[in-house]
Amino acid sequence: MKTLRRLFRRLTSWATSARDEEVLRAEIEEHIAMQTAENLRAGLSLVEARRQALLKFGNVEAIKEIYRDQRGLPFIETLLCDTRHALRRILKAPAFTAAVIVTLALGIGANTAVFAVIDTILIQPLPYPRAEALVSVWHTAPGLPGLATIGCSPSMYFTYRDENRSFQHFGLWSSGGASVTGVAQPEMPRALFVTYGVLDALEVQPLLGRRFSQADDRPGSAETVMLTYGYWQRRFGGDPSIVGRMLTIDSRPRTVIGVMPEEFRFQRDPELILPQRFDPTKTFLGPFLGPCLARLKPGVTMEQASADVARMLDLWLNAWPPNPGINRTVFQDARFGPKLQPLKQEIVGDIGSALWVVMGTLGLVLLIACANVANLLLVRAEARRQELALRAALGAGWGRIAREMLVESMTLGVMGGALGLGLAYAALRILVVKGPETLPRLHEIGIDPFVLAFAFGVSLLSGALFGVIPVLKYARPRVAATLQGISRTVSHGPGRRRARNTLVVVQVALALVLLVGAGLMIRTFQRLRSVQPGFTHPEEVQILHSTIPEAIAKEPERVMRMQHEILDKLAAIPGVTSVGFGSAAPLESFLGGGNPVYAEDKRLAEGQVPPLRQIRRIAPGFFKTMGTRVIAGRDFTWTDLYEKRRVAIVSENVAREWWGVPGAALGKRIREGGAADPWREIVGVVENVYDRGMHVEPPAFAYWPALMDRYIWGGENGSAVGSGMFAIRSNRAGTESLLTEAQQAIWSVNGRQPVFLVTTLKALYDQSMARTSFTLVMLAIAGGMGLVLGLVGIYGVIAYVVSQRIREIGIRTALGAQPAGLLAMFVRHGLWLAGIGAVLGLVAAAGLTRLMSSLLFGVTALDPVTYTAVTALVIVAGVLASYLPARRAIAVDPVRALRAE
Amino acid sequence: MKNSDVQQGTLALMVLKTLDVLGPLHGYGIARRIEQISGDLLTVNQGTLYPVLLKLEQEASIASEWGASENNRKARFYRLTRRGRKQLQAEARRWEQTAATIDRFFAVKAEDLR
Repeated sequence: MKTLRRLFRRLTSWATSARDEEVLRAEIEEHIAMQTAENLRAGLSLVEARRQALLKFGNVEAIKEIYRDQRGLPFIETLLCDTRHALRRILKAPAFTAAVIVTLALGIGANTAVFAVIDTILIQPLPYPRAEALVSVWHTAPGLPGLATIGCSPSMYFTYRDENRSFQHFGLWSSGGASVTGVAQPEMPRALFVTYGVLDALEVQPLLGRRFSQADDRPGSAETVMLTYGYWQRRFGGDPSIVGRMLTIDSRPRTVIGVMPEEFRFQRDPELILPQRFDPTKTFLGPFLGPCLARLKPGVTMEQASADVARMLDLWLNAWPPNPGINRTVFQDARFGPKLQPLKQEIVGDIGSALWVVMGTLGLVLLIACANVANLLLVRAEARRQELALRAALGAGWGRIAREMLVESMTLGVMGGALGLGLAYAALRILVVKGPETLPRLHEIGIDPFVLAFAFGVSLLSGALFGVIPVLKYARPRVAATLQGISRTVSHGPGRRRARNTLVVVQVALALVLLVGAGLMIRTFQRLRSVQPGFTHPEEVQILHSTIPEAIAKEPERVMRMQHEILDKLAAIPGVTSVGFGSAAPLESFLGGGNPVYAEDKRLAEGQVPPLRQIRRIAPGFFKTMGTRVIAGRDFTWTDLYEKRRVAIVSENVAREWWGVPGAALGKRIREGGAADPWREIVGVVENVYDRGMHVEPPAFAYWPALMDRYIWGGENGSAVGSGMFAIRSNRAGTESLLTEAQQAIWSVNGRQPVFLVTTLKALYDQSMARTSFTLVMLAIAGGMGLVLGLVGIYGVIAYVVSQRIREIGIRTALGAQPAGLLAMFVRHGLWLAGIGAVLGLVAAAGLTRLMSSLLFGVTALDPVTYTAVTALVIVAGVLASYLPARRAIAVDPVRALRAE
Repeated sequence: MKNSDVQQGTLALMVLKTLDVLGPLHGYGIARRIEQISGDLLTVNQGTLYPVLLKLEQEASIASEWGASENNRKARFYRLTRRGRKQLQAEARRWEQTAATIDRFFAVKAEDLR
């Protein structure tokens, strides 16, 4: 308590120190005057009286010193004083300062920006109250090979909702689109379909109106919809009277019951939120939709919840009927198990590894930048060597000198950090606006206090890091040696250059590590690009989706005829070479999975589940438009569709797996689902399509005609053909004019049909490689920066050595040394530095690149081509960086060099 | 260093006692009074009093204000605060206890310990 009060007083008096000094002086003066008067009264002469008084008082300056130390906060005072000095010195050397600050700003700025991204995506909790209790409920099914995770079925939803012991709230969600018609332009906003419980689990209060209640879930009750803030602003200008209005969504009038708050975020950025209704009387074990969302009861652990789900799975399996045509054993043999994961993990996905690799490489860049700055500081300290030695000789403690030098470098660090923070802010603004849509939580990214603290900490730390090197070298008490060494007539021994050489070797080693990382990503990218994706010239393929609302046409035949008519109109657009229709474009399906497909001639053991195949429903022309080769047999024809012939096409890998060669598959019969489903004859085999990205084995496909006599998973009506994707191959793909003409073609057939999810096959292709290209670009930038900084380091050392040895060079030249020999001497020095750096870098790279092996494809982390090429690059660049300054050495005129003394 | 620490503590106690007995007083007056009573403790280094005064003031045991001295010069007068009076009592008690303990200790003869 007493100490605290004193600290406070010291703080306040520190602020008023100038006045206090005056007061003390006056007080002492007064004291001495009184003593003098007293002495005078005792009969001393005036001079003697004052002398005695002063003697008795003691050393005035020493007293003032003690007084001062007690009064203020001496540590902070000297620190501020040092900072002031440092600032003055820094500002006196603008070129040096600018070089240091820009180097640091780039390093610190890049690290801060990436840290802000990591902080938002990986560290901060999701923007929901007590977000750690939110979990996604998935399942494993070891009995269904090739399927890592599987979502929930409506029947599971009912069982879990009613029987669980560990969930506070529980619901099923899926995302998609919903057509909004009856407005100027029919459109298809992104929609989130939720059962009652999802929004409750998120604990988000609506901005206007109310959330869904249990009643909204019941089939037959009034149709409702909620809007998100963005859509409400965009479409209705933030109209506060929106609640209660009717909107026509998917051809049905629905009442708006609420608007979500601005900060509400969910997967895939929904614009509308619609209730998802299941009729328990028409629910079977399958099909499996998206994941369920649950909020755990307080105190319930993940393990307990998993055990709870496992218990309920047993109940579920016996509580619901299997889908018609499918045996219950299929579901039993799938051996469903719980797979719960935090919602955050699901949202963040696999971006984490790439981000940490980028952060690591940028950390290395910062290290290289620090080494560069340390080198510059060494040169400056070198110039101050005499001054420092003199101060040490006059009694300055080496701790004091060291602190002063450290304060200077940390001030530089903070200045660089401030500029870096500005750069990071600008970079993040660009990222948020233009960033890849695949980056989760993109719109939450920004600079918060945590990031600020990180930037400040990194600035101080790098200041201390590059500052400690000159300190260790020059602030040590070696007065005599230094003062002796001031003579300028000798070339410096190798010991003097050791620190700078070491720094350069470290720089080269780090740069090599970065370049190896970038090289491996380039090789990965090359490998991905060289994969034959199963489609050609994707930049020429325009993709757009459209839905024929049920209110317009319901019977599959009629819907198909309308789609056919649209296709004909699209094909008639100038510049269009072919058109196709299908349930989805390659690389477009969000979820993997697939359905079991049986082959007539492949008997299965009792209880064995047939392999899962990806299903796609297509119309004639799909393969031609995508550029997918038909290897054997033929494409579907319109006659196949309209006569509902039982035909099928499979991908090459299916044909090879079952029948050895593609041609052997023709004429064989397959079917989806159980005995009730008819066998369909294979009429064609097409090449494999890399549907889940170039880095994933192409999935096995079964293609059905878009129009069939029987659909297995839902949809006796036209929904299977009513909603789908049009592909248009044209050299005008991606242009606004083609899109407008395509829209007009669709609307000329049906004016109430929304067009949405417009893209090109090329965009889908690029998106599938977004993570690789993002990492590649970041690593290439880091590697480039590392290389340039490393070369500047080599250049600087050689240039410095040359300038220090001008006299020696002059003597050598005068004695007949050949220019080529001199040149070689310096280049050899540079080569030596680059060589040692490269060897160390190779060892480090071999260890470090293993961390990024999950990002690689088609190359190992020890790819010899990359390592050789990068080493050669570093050595050649190192020779060049030392050749340039070395040329100055041979230009030295011996007469002038010797006279300069 | 150690020696001056001990001295500061002793001096502080003397300053408090002086102000307690004589009331508000300026630095010179305090120095003279201590000098009179303690002999040569302050004869050489009157100035060491000022850091002690500062410390006591920072601890709010004493307060100061400017006033006129006997011969009408401006002088800084120190006075005991309530906190200072409490501190003095506590310190005096502790001092007496310590002194008594030390006394007893010195009074012990070797044979008493057998």
